[in-house]
Amino acid sequence: MLIGGILVITRKNPVHSALALIVTLLAQASIYLMLYAPFVAGVQIILYAGGIMVLFLFVIMLVSIDRSMKERQFNSQWVVGIVAATALGGLFIAVYTKGKDIFPEHALPMVENDNTQQIATMLYGQYMFAFEIASLLLLVAIIGAVVMAKKRI
Amino acid sequence: MESMLHITTLHYLVLGAALFLLGVIGVLTRRNVVIVLMSIELILNAVNLNLVAFSRLWGGLHGQVFAIFVITDAAAEAAVGLGILIAFFRNKETVNIDEVNLLKW
Repeated sequence: MLIGGILVITRKNPVHSALALIVTLLAQASIYLMLYAPFVAGVQIILYAGGIMVLFLFVIMLVSIDRSMKERQFNSQWVVGIVAATALGGLFIAVYTKGKDIFPEHALPMVENDNTQQIATMLYGQYMFAFEIASLLLLVAIIGAVVMAKKRI
Repeated sequence: MESMLHITTLHYLVLGAALFLLGVIGVLTRRNVVIVLMSIELILNAVNLNLVAFSRLWGGLHGQVFAIFVITDAAAEAAVGLGILIAFFRNKETVNIDEVNLLKW
């Protein structure tokens, strides 16, 4: 999974990056299965690896990549970027080494037979309002994407 | 030795942090807008991994529900971002992020 992630940010050809990202997403779906989250794993495969990546590949096909592949791949502030990311990594390491004792060693036992049903009950019960907001957000995104991509309205 | 072989929540968190860092490096250093958007997807996936790992740790399903909301947001963000990219490419014939400087003073 990490190899896939490294390939995403280092490849020259965007199509290779997209394929590496698909590998990463599928590996993450298997990790969700290990964490007793089959519904999230299914959504990950169908929506991410299926839907969003097809969208990415379509856009890569629409914009021509011949010229951008001959250019410099990293921008002029990449030193600053690497330094900032390293500082963030140092922060993560500090937090994890200081705080690794606060987690319980063994996770709680989890029922795994009706995961999807429980998620549906929570989505339509407790998280009803957030669910409606999400649908509104998707509507706005559809309209926005069409308006942006259209030649003239 | 037995506890060494056991995969704890911390392992998932470290994996999520590493993925997050890869995404940040990609956003900050690449010039191709498509790859920058893919790096943003990497960041969102790292957050999702943390959410599901904590949901497993505490035995609830709230983290998984939030992971689904994050996936919804990622889909919306990808659609709008790629729409902007197509409009930009039509105007300037490039996908280089250094040339997106119309708002620069």
